[in-house]
This record gives sequence, structure tokens and C-alpha cells, in this order.
Amino acid sequence: MSTQNPILDSKCPTGDIETRWDRHRFDMKQVNPANKRKFHIIIVGTGLAGGSAAATLAELGYKVTSLCIQDSPRRAHSIAAQGGINAAKNYPNDGDSIYRLFYDTVKGGDFRARESNVYRLAQVSNNIIDQATAQGVPFAREYGGHLDNRSFGGAQVSRTFYARGATGQQLLLGAYAAMSRQIQLGKIDMRPRREMLDVVKVDGVARGVICRNMVTGEYERYAGDAVLLCTGGYGNVFYLSTNAKASNVTASWRAHKRGAYFANPCYTQIHPTCIPVSGDHQSKLTLMSESLRNDGRVWVPKKAGDSRAINDIPEEERDYYLERRYPAFGNLVPRDVASRASKERCDAGFGVGPGGKSVYLDFAEAIQRDGEDTVRAKYGNLFHMYEKITDENPYERPMRIYPAVHYTMGGLWVDYNLESTVPGLFVLGEANFSDHGANRLGASALMQGLSDGYFVIPYTVCGHLAGRNLQPVSTSDEAFAEAEASVRERTDALLAVNGSRTVDSFHRELGLTMWDHCGMARNKDGLQQAIDKIGSLREEFWNDVRVLGSNEEFNQSLEKAGRVADFLEFAETFAMDALDRSESCGGHFREESQTEEGEALRDDDNYCYAAAWEYQGPDGKAALHKEDLNFEYVKLAQRSYK
Amino acid sequence: MKLNLRIWRQKDAAAEGAIETFELDGVSPDMSFLEMLDILNEKLVGEGTDPVAFDHDCREGVCGSCGAVVNGQVHGPDTETTLCQLHMRRFRDGDTVQIEPWRSRAFPVIRDLVVDRTAFDRIQQAGGYVSVDTGSAPDANILPVPKPDAERAFDYAECIGCGGCVAACPNGAAMLFTAAKVAHLATLPQGKVERDARVLAMVTQMDEEGFGACTNHYECTAACPKGVPIDAIATMNREYLRATFLSKEGV
Ligand SMILES: Cc1cc2nc3c(=O)[nH]c(=O)nc-3n(C[C@H](O)[C@H](O)[C@H](O)COP(=O)(O)OP(=O)(O)OC[C@H]3O[C@@H](n4cnc5c(N)ncnc54)[C@H](O)[C@@H]3O)c2cc1C
Ligand code: FES
Repeated sequence: MSTQNPILDSKCPTGDIETRWDRHRFDMKQVNPANKRKFHIIIVGTGLAGGSAAATLAELGYKVTSLCIQDSPRRAHSIAAQGGINAAKNYPNDGDSIYRLFYDTVKGGDFRARESNVYRLAQVSNNIIDQATAQGVPFAREYGGHLDNRSFGGAQVSRTFYARGATGQQLLLGAYAAMSRQIQLGKIDMRPRREMLDVVKVDGVARGVICRNMVTGEYERYAGDAVLLCTGGYGNVFYLSTNAKASNVTASWRAHKRGAYFANPCYTQIHPTCIPVSGDHQSKLTLMSESLRNDGRVWVPKKAGDSRAINDIPEEERDYYLERRYPAFGNLVPRDVASRASKERCDAGFGVGPGGKSVYLDFAEAIQRDGEDTVRAKYGNLFHMYEKITDENPYERPMRIYPAVHYTMGGLWVDYNLESTVPGLFVLGEANFSDHGANRLGASALMQGLSDGYFVIPYTVCGHLAGRNLQPVSTSDEAFAEAEASVRERTDALLAVNGSRTVDSFHRELGLTMWDHCGMARNKDGLQQAIDKIGSLREEFWNDVRVLGSNEEFNQSLEKAGRVADFLEFAETFAMDALDRSESCGGHFREESQTEEGEALRDDDNYCYAAAWEYQGPDGKAALHKEDLNFEYVKLAQRSYK
Repeated sequence: MKLNLRIWRQKDAAAEGAIETFELDGVSPDMSFLEMLDILNEKLVGEGTDPVAFDHDCREGVCGSCGAVVNGQVHGPDTETTLCQLHMRRFRDGDTVQIEPWRSRAFPVIRDLVVDRTAFDRIQQAGGYVSVDTGSAPDANILPVPKPDAERAFDYAECIGCGGCVAACPNGAAMLFTAAKVAHLATLPQGKVERDARVLAMVTQMDEEGFGACTNHYECTAACPKGVPIDAIATMNREYLRATFLSKEGV
């Protein structure tokens, strides 16, 4: 690893924060309305970020090609988001404002995000709610017919809009509907069941992608004037996570290998309320939405190893440890804090359930206070899902929960325009790194994905299109042939190994290593071990993986193998980043750096930067570039939720 | 437990398919149905046999990717449950489990249990939206919506587009899917402006895709993993009649 300065240019405007975005938009070059149709934009991914971007850019008149892995754009991973989306509407009149949402997000991210980006996010949050409502998204309403709000972690106001427990589904279907309209109008060329495997650069600018048609195995070339990666997060590097099974790092990683820096890869969100692992067959973990912490109380017995039945444990022998440790925020502390507190209790022997690897999330008080029907109306589908999976009835006994990998704050480095270090390559949604710092607040990912797609990229892409004097390119250019050949070579290599172990067995093993050493608590020795282990596992993979069938067919093992091969490379950069950052911040907890009370201890003197890694060849070679973070509005302070 | 699996295998759309039989041991009652297929596939790969292809993604019952006919039942024996949320505790040691893809003219098989459902996307594209460009929306609270209407709209909007309704229908109709979108938007004020054009275009597209006609079997709603209410179809029929006879855009 080598460290290179100077710092990256974030292109953030300066001066009064309230007018930065306005001034930036004014200063940016515009594409004349009549010229928009001459530009072709390639959008990879149809989640909230990609779906909203595709619809909006097509409405503006651009030619759009959209690509996604699933059989329909409606099935992107965003569909699974449950709890809600934040906005600074202040409809409940409880003191919210753009500034407060900005402040909470910077603080919640443990001072590792850019102030300019976060402020813009808070500013456009309200437009998102307006847009979605106009599309017919059936948000929850009060009896008077106005929109309802609930509370999420890390905030003392109610600013979360929701549609029962399926907010992501409803927002995504809104974006999908907007896309559908543009597909019908011929403005979006939609290509599902396509996996992007490379970015094509011409004269240093991103001008296209190579995809594999997942039905026929054919390689396809797409050429255009800008490429937008909206390909989601990489939580599945842990194998077990709450992410959908197809969520991957492949698109980002291949772009990284073509020159896009990867920022803060080690920033991972471990969500406190997930259904615990039930056995070795486990293929993914299921989230129980954070909204449950509005009414559910988290506790463990006060006595270590207490094996009594729940009802036999009297009230005074229960430790509501979040309420005890954080009286101001109680059960609604941010996720990183809640997860670590659960781990602390379980590690100390107070956990419940098989192996003492879970804690209770108890609704008895809420049911007694508001009645079962009220609780059912709020959380019915979550309770139903819990019962399906565990065969236990949460109306009668507390849920058992444990933290699980959920979201990745890290991602490809982008500037204020959402442009990566490869000109013309933009990155939106969870795939970029920009707005959540070291910890994301609940209900802010939906906000960010839609902000990027509906309200930021339509402006910032103009700077590139109008400012760079782009020459026409064609898919028969040499650069496309070269990229396609390299993709083919990799696929052929995977098929040629013909070893003895399945792809999944490697993925599980990688996941265990990541969980043990790069999970909720990290330390120098463990990270070093992880780096060694990942390297040897990668070698074994390339010597012993077994992928059956051929490229020229629908081949799910081959798809998975490509993704796991990329995870095995990426994981090393992840661990290296975690090793480099010897402070604790947000979701990144270095055991060496904690307060006396066991809270994450930042080291602002040495680590107040975003770490952007440049690919320098296989086997984990990478150079570190730093972007200094400056806090002009929210004063750097030790986070406290007490 | 040990299961006797009978699974539809078909290499691609052009190939002839057939049921193949596999024995699978070591199935735990806590596994989901898809996890059971995962371990089958691990075993098959070990033996050098192509694994069984099946669509899946969220494994939480919301993306609508998964689905198969299990022992003749769409998404298996549980009500309001997608295949990924079905758990093996529903089965007994020694059971025979037959697993087949959705059968419909409009959903050609791609491989094994994977089918092509893009017909659904085309129905949606025909009119399943409110035409509102980004940026042109008024404040969200300008238009109050009675709470019961919002709740009702949600019940329809919850459709995950899995295609189970089509597979369950003896005629292979896509009525419940199409009606869910029509009813969702017809229930909200935002959807009223384009209601006539929407229902006409979506129904026309549905017919063009080769789905069958509805003869009121109600199998669709019984199979629907989200419990989309059957009255969506009545709403759609009403909207359709209204659009045909009353509107100036009608035939
Ligand atoms: C269970 C769960 C619940 C959540 N609940 C909430 C919540 O309540 N509130 C909140 O704010 N956030 C929530 N989140 C987080 C939030 O859902 C995600 O961060 C967000 O939806 C990501 O959106 P996206 O558009 O960036 O990416 P995604 O929705 O992940 O979309 C990625 C897209 O990229 C495509 N793609 C990926 N790789 C390739 C490739 N190589 N080639 C072609 N296409 C590719 C995929 O097909 C897909 O279309 C939740 C997350 C989970 C897992
Ligand atoms: S896999 Fe998403 S609904 Fe079953």
C-alpha cells in the first residue's frame, strides 16, 4: 500500500451552505433542450437510484438504455426496504427543518461525510415525498387524510414517511411506473437479465459497458455519452446479509479496475434488529425493520446465562440496556450504537436463545397500552414474516433478534456531481460513498437513492455532456473489442478450473472470515489475518472451484462464480481500509480505539478524511488517496446519545 | 428429513422438458424451500449434474422473483406465502414433492423453473402509471386522501408481480395482476385523471399477450401471496365499462 497526496478534488461549492446547490446549478453548463435527444445515457441498475434517474433523464429528452440483472426492473433490491423514507417536511410540527435533518445526518454519520452533499440531500428530501405522492405511492395517512410520520433512530423528531412495512416496494414501484411510461414512449430501451461486466473507456472517458445476456450468454456492447452505475451495495461480501441474493460488487469492482477509486470500503452497517441465524443452511438474513423500535423494547435478563422462560423473568430482573445506557434516545439510538450494545451483552453472556446469540425485542407493553389491533395495523406484515421464519408468535412472546450486515456506506468515490474518478462515469445510490459517512441513519438510503436519481444527476450530468466536447463512439471501436475480450477471458477461466468445490462453499467461507475479523469489532491482528486468509482463499478458488455448464446458456452457477471472484478481490481492499483506519467511527469499530464506556472513539487529528483507493494491480495492490473533510457548520464532537 | 423430489427440468425454451427425480436427505424443518433447493444444487454440482435453475432474489417475499407450483399448488401449501417464505416444517420425512414452473402460454420457460414474465412489464407499460414528470409535483399534503382509501390502495399496490395468479388460473388469465394496478390507481385521486385511457390500454395489452379470459374461478386470489383482494377485478370491470361507454375516449 502506498499513500498518495494531494487530496482529491470534491468540486464542492463553498460559501453559504444554504445556497451552495443553487449556485452550483447556476454555474454548471446546460444542455439545450433540443440537444438532449442527441445524448445517449447508459444506466446500470433499476433500483431507486437507477429507476428514478432513468425515468427523469428520459423525461428530459435524453436517450436512455437501462440494464438490470433481474427479469424486471421492478425487482431490484430496493423493493425490500421496509421501514420508511426521511424528509424534512416538518408536517408533525415537532421542530424539524432542513438544517436539523442535515445536522442529524452529519452527526449520525459520525462526522465522516461531506457537509455540502448532506445539506443538498436534506434540501431535496421534501421534493421526493411530493414526487412519490403524485405518482400514487400509497403512503400511510392520518385520519384527516394527510401524510403520517413515524420515528427512526438517531433523530428526536418524527420525519419518516412510510407505506406500512413496504416503503421501498411502493417507492420502487413508483419509479418503475415512471420508467414504464418512458419505455412505452420509446425513450428508455430496457434490457433486463443483463449483467454488466466491464466499463469501456475511450480517450479516458467512460463511453460504454459490456454486458452478458444472462439468458443466452451472449456478450453485448453498449455505447453512449455517459455511464451511470446504480448497482447497489456490496454487503454480500459477508455472504450472510439482509441484501438480496443478486446484490454484488461486480459492477463497482470492474469500474474500480478501470480507474474509479473505491472510497471507505470498510464502512459497513450492521443492523441491530435481524432474525438470528438458524443453521448452516442459512442463505440470507431477514431484517426486522427499525420502525419496530418505536414500540418494541430491547432487553436481556439481568442474570448471565438465565435460562428461565420469558414469563418467569420478572420485570425488575430484565435489563433494558439501551434505555439504561442511552436515556435520551433509548431504544432509538442509531444502528451502530444499538448493534454494538447487543453484541456487548451477548459476548458478556447475557444473550438469549440458542448459543446465547440473540436479545429480546418486546412488544408486550405496546400491546397492553395500544391493543393488539393497533400494533397489528402498524407492523402486521413484519410480525407475519417473523412468524413464518421462526415459527414463533411475536404477539405472544418477544421477538429474538441479533445484528446482521445490512448496508454499505462505502462505495465508489464520487465528487459533488456524483462523478467518479473516471470522467463520464457517475455513481448513484448505495453504490457511491458520499452522504452517510461512517454510519447511515435509518430511512436515509431511500432518500439518498431517490435524491441522486430524481434531483441531482439530471443537473450534474449536463456539466459532463455539455462541457467535454464528446466525439461520437461506436461499439466497433477497439476499446469495446478489448473490454469484451477481457471479460470473455475471465469467464472462460472460471469455466476451465473444473475443481471440486462449489461457488457457494467459497462464498460462505469468505463470509465467515469477514464476519469474524471485519464485522462488528475489528482489530489490527484480526485484520491482518483476514488479509492473509482472503488471499489464500482466492488462490484456492481459482484452483479448485467447480462451475458446470457453458457460457452459452442460462447458467446461474457461472453468474455466481463471477460475483464471488470479485468479492474475493474486493474483500482484501476492504480489510486493508479497515486496517488503515485505526480510529473507530460509526459502524467501523476498532477495539484499539474506544472510550472508557466502550463507545467508538474517533481520532479527528489523523483520520478526518475519506479514504479513496486506487487499483494498482491484482493481489491487493492499491494506493490510498485522501479527501480531507471539513466541518464548517456541524462542530466536530464526540457523538453522544445519552 | 428425507424427501423425494420430482422436478421439472428443461434446458431452454426450445427443449422438451421432463420431470426428473432426486432424493434429498438432511433437510431441516427450519430451512426455507429455496434453501432446500440450494442444498440440492450443492449436491448436484458435487455429482457433476447441472443444478436446478430457479429465479429468486430478496428471499423475503417482496420482489416477486421466486415461484413454482409445488404439489399442484402455486407457491406451495401455505396461504399468503411466497415460495421463498415457505418453510420445510410444512413437509414430513419421506414426502414426495413435485416442483414445476408456472404454466402459461404468456410465460415461456427459460430454463427449469425459470419463466419469462416480461408480458407483465408490457401490461404495466401500456398505462400503469400517473403521468407526472419529475419536479412537477405539488406539495404532498395539498391533496388529502381519506385514510381508508389510502389503505385500500395499498392493498392493491402490494402486488409483487410474481405471476402466481396466472399460474393458478385454469384459463391462465392475468386479471388479478392487471386489476391490482388499475384498482390501486383508481382508488386514489392522483390516478383519476387518466383512468379511462389507462384501463383501456392495459386490458388491450393483456389480451394481446395471450393471457386467458376470466371466468370467475377465484383461484388467483386464493393463490396470491399478498392477498390482493378479488374485488380489484370488479373494480377493473367497472372502470372498463365506464371507459368504454361513458368516456369520450371510449370505443
Ligand atoms: C431488508 C432491507 C430493508 C431496508 N429498509 C430500508 C428503509 O426502510 N429505509 C431506507 O432508507 N433504506 C432501507 N434499506 C436500504 C435501501 O433499501 C438500499 O440502500 C437502497 O434501496 C439501494 O438502492 P439502489 O438503487 O442504490 O440499489 P439497488 O436497489 O440495490 O439496485 C441495484 C440495481 O443494480 C442492478 N445491478 C447490480 N449489479 C449489476 C450488474 N453487474 N449488471 C447489471 N445490473 C446490476 C440490480 O439488478 C438492481 O437493478 C433497506 C435495505 C434492506 C436490505
Ligand atoms: S425471492 Fe423475492 S419474493 Fe421470493
